[in-house]
Amino acid sequence: MNQQGIAIGDLAPDLALPDTDGQTWRLSAGPVVVYWTCNHCPYALAWHDRLLDVARDYEGRVRFLAVNSNDAERYPADSPQAMRERVGAEGGWPHPYLYDESQEVARAFGAERTPDVFAFDGDLALRYRGAPDADYDDPAQNAAWLRDALDAVLEGREVGRAETDPVGCTIKWK
Amino acid sequence: MGMVRAEMEVAGIDPAELRIVEVTSEEDAARHRFPGSPTIRIGGRDVQPPGPEEPIGLTCRVYRHRDGRLSPLPDRADIRVALEEMVSR
Repeated sequence: MNQQGIAIGDLAPDLALPDTDGQTWRLSAGPVVVYWTCNHCPYALAWHDRLLDVARDYEGRVRFLAVNSNDAERYPADSPQAMRERVGAEGGWPHPYLYDESQEVARAFGAERTPDVFAFDGDLALRYRGAPDADYDDPAQNAAWLRDALDAVLEGREVGRAETDPVGCTIKWK
Repeated sequence: MGMVRAEMEVAGIDPAELRIVEVTSEEDAARHRFPGSPTIRIGGRDVQPPGPEEPIGLTCRVYRHRDGRLSPLPDRADIRVALEEMVSR
């Protein structure tokens, strides 16, 4: 079970995780969105295209990192090989897809579900945490909660809705 | 399960006949041939039968709706059709 985590205003924990090509990524600068996802969770899949669209729409202004922390022994669909195959099958993603084998990064952030979105400002302070939008089943929602938060961060405003409940499958802890 | 109960009423079946089975272990999953949560069987048939490559176990199921969307729940129309088929059998 997850007992740790960060709150709004806290600085991002450090991370160094490999992507599907073996390259290691760190949180060197913000603004940045770190979100938990995986291959097998229907909620993560339902929101997947919307999150990739946000990454594309904010390219050059906000970095995006997707993280999979699920136990790949119990859930082979979330293994590094399956991650690599999925990214390839989808023609590449607009951001890295990282594997958190030890699950330490998920615990440090306090990630609970897939998806679970953390948006940080230029100083790497947490400004939004939660679901992408109000309804996984409605693509027209367009990840509005996340977009609103990113617009506020980029314009130097307070985020109106800084925290929402993440909705999705629980992270599969070892 | 609200969606199933509602469709049962539409099909003229008493929603009290709905049987809910909690699967809490891999052993339970194997015994029930459980491909993930939620699994809805009507008249013994899965409303969207999993493919042979789908593993048995404690996991989340991915359903594809008739419009192509992926969802944690089956398409309501699939439940309705399954109930209609059961009633007509």
